[in-house]
Amino acid sequence: MTPQLKIAINELNFFYHKKQVIRDLNLEINSNEILAVFGPANSGTTTLLRTLNRLCDLIPGTHIDGKILLDGKNIFAPDVSVTELRRKVGMVFDVPTPLPMSIFENIVYGPRLSGNTSKASLTVIVEKALRMAALWDEVKDRLHTPAMRLSGGQQQRLCIARVLALEPDVILLDRPCSALDPISTAKIEESLKQLKEQYTIIIAPHNVQQAGRIADRVAFLLMGTLVEHGITAEVFENPKDKRTSDYITGRFG
Amino acid sequence: MRINPKIAQKIAKTLIWASALFVIVILLAIIFFILVKGLPEISWQFLTEIPRNMGRSGGISSTIVGTLLVTAVAVVIATPFGVGTAFFLTEYTKEGKITRIIRFSAESLSGIPSIVYGLFGFIFFVMYLDLGWSILSGGLTLAVMILPTIIRTSEEAISTVSQQYREVSYSLGGTKWQTIVKAVFPSAVRGIAVGVILGIGRCVAETAAVILTAGTALRMPVSIFSPTRTMAEHFYIMAREGISMEKAYGTAALLIIIIFIINVVANSLVNRFVAKGR
Repeated sequence: MTPQLKIAINELNFFYHKKQVIRDLNLEINSNEILAVFGPANSGTTTLLRTLNRLCDLIPGTHIDGKILLDGKNIFAPDVSVTELRRKVGMVFDVPTPLPMSIFENIVYGPRLSGNTSKASLTVIVEKALRMAALWDEVKDRLHTPAMRLSGGQQQRLCIARVLALEPDVILLDRPCSALDPISTAKIEESLKQLKEQYTIIIAPHNVQQAGRIADRVAFLLMGTLVEHGITAEVFENPKDKRTSDYITGRFG
Repeated sequence: MRINPKIAQKIAKTLIWASALFVIVILLAIIFFILVKGLPEISWQFLTEIPRNMGRSGGISSTIVGTLLVTAVAVVIATPFGVGTAFFLTEYTKEGKITRIIRFSAESLSGIPSIVYGLFGFIFFVMYLDLGWSILSGGLTLAVMILPTIIRTSEEAISTVSQQYREVSYSLGGTKWQTIVKAVFPSAVRGIAVGVILGIGRCVAETAAVILTAGTALRMPVSIFSPTRTMAEHFYIMAREGISMEKAYGTAALLIIIIFIINVVANSLVNRFVAKGR
C-alpha cells in the first residue's frame, strides 16, 4: 500500500506574543501511520499538536503564519468550521481528563454536541469506542458510574475512546502516558498500534524510548525547529544531525 | 526571651480551640434563647390564621406567604441576571476596563446599607414605576440587593472550574455555548447555588428594604401586586411597637426554622444534581 498524504505542514511559524515557538516548519504526515514528534521541554511539540486542531485558538496573543493542509484543505482558511475540524482531528491530553460525569456520558459528549440524541445509536457508539480503546471488558458493567472512579490508566483509555466516538481521521496525543504506570502505558501503546489501521496518529511521546517503540516515523523538534525526521529505525540508528544523536543517546534532554 | 516552642504550641492550640468554642456557644445560645421563647407560641392556629388585632392575636399566615413570595420574586429575577453577569465576566470578556467597572460596581453595591436599597426601591419601583407597595416592588428591590452576592459567588465558582474541562469540550467539537452549558455550568452549579442560598437568606431576613417597598399590610396577598408584610418585618413591628413580644418570638423562631429548611432543601437539590457525575 502506497502511503497516502494526510497532513502537509507548510512553512509554519507560531508566535506567542513576541516569542517564536515554531520556526519554518515543513512536515508531511501520511494516513495510517504513527508519527512521534519528540524533543526536550519547550521544543514546541505541544504547540504543534494544538495547532493541528486549532485548540491554540483559545490562547489569546497567538499569531500563526503558514499553512496546514488536511486532505488538501488549509485548516486556517476562513470558511473552515473549527468545531468540525476538531471533530476530525481529535485530541488526548497529557493528564487524563474525564469530565465529571458517567463513563457513558463522557463518551457520548462529542456525538451529543453534534446533535446525535438517539439512545440506541449512542449505545452502539459507546460499545464500539470502548472496544477499540481496549476498555470495554473492564467497564461494561458500570457504564453509568462516574468516570472519575476509574484508575488513571483506565481514565486515559476512556479519553481515547471519547475521541474515537467522534469517528475522527486524525488522533493527536500529547504525552498521553506521562502520568501513567508502565503497565497502563503498555496497554495504551498496544491499542495505538491497532488504531493506526484506521486512523492517522500523531503523538508527542513522553520519552525517546516510547517514540522508538511505537512510531513508524519520528520528527525531532528542538526550540521550535524541525531538526530531523524520517523512518524511526533510520533516525534512531543513523541520525544525520549531531543534535539528534546527542538527544537520543541522552547527552542532553 | 524565647518561649519554648512546645509551650507556644500549647498556648496557640488552647486559644484556637477557645475562639471556635466561643463562636459556637454564642450561636447556639442565640438559637436556644429564641426557640425557648418562641416555640411555645407556634401552633396550628399560629401557622394558618392571619394576624388579628394588629398582630396581638391570631396567627402569622399572611406574613409567611408574603415572605416566601417576596423572596421568590427576588431570587427568580436576580439569579439569571447574576449568573449571566458572572459568565460574561469569566467566559466572554478579557480582563480589562469593562470587567473592572462591573466588578467595582458589584462590590460597591454589596457595601450599601439595606435601608438605602429600601429608599431606592421606594422612589423607583413604588413611586416612579407606580408599582405601589407590593410584593413585586419588594422583590425587585431585594433582587437588586442580592445581585452582587450572586455575581460574586458565581464568578468564583465558574473561575475555579478546571481549564481542562473547557479544553476537553472544545477539543470534542464543542462551541463556546455548548462548553459553558455542558462542561462548565455542571461543575460550577454547587458554588452558584451557594450564592443563591446566601441571597435567599438575606431576602428572608431583610427588614428595612421591604418595609419601604412591600408595605406592612396584614391581609393575605392575592397577587404579586398586593402589599404584604414579611416575617422579619412583622417581628420588628411586634417588638418595636410593643404589640406582642410573644408573637414576636414566635415569628422569630419560625423564621429560623424556615431558613434552616431552605438550606437543607437547597443543599439536597444541589447534591442530587451533582451526584450524577461524581
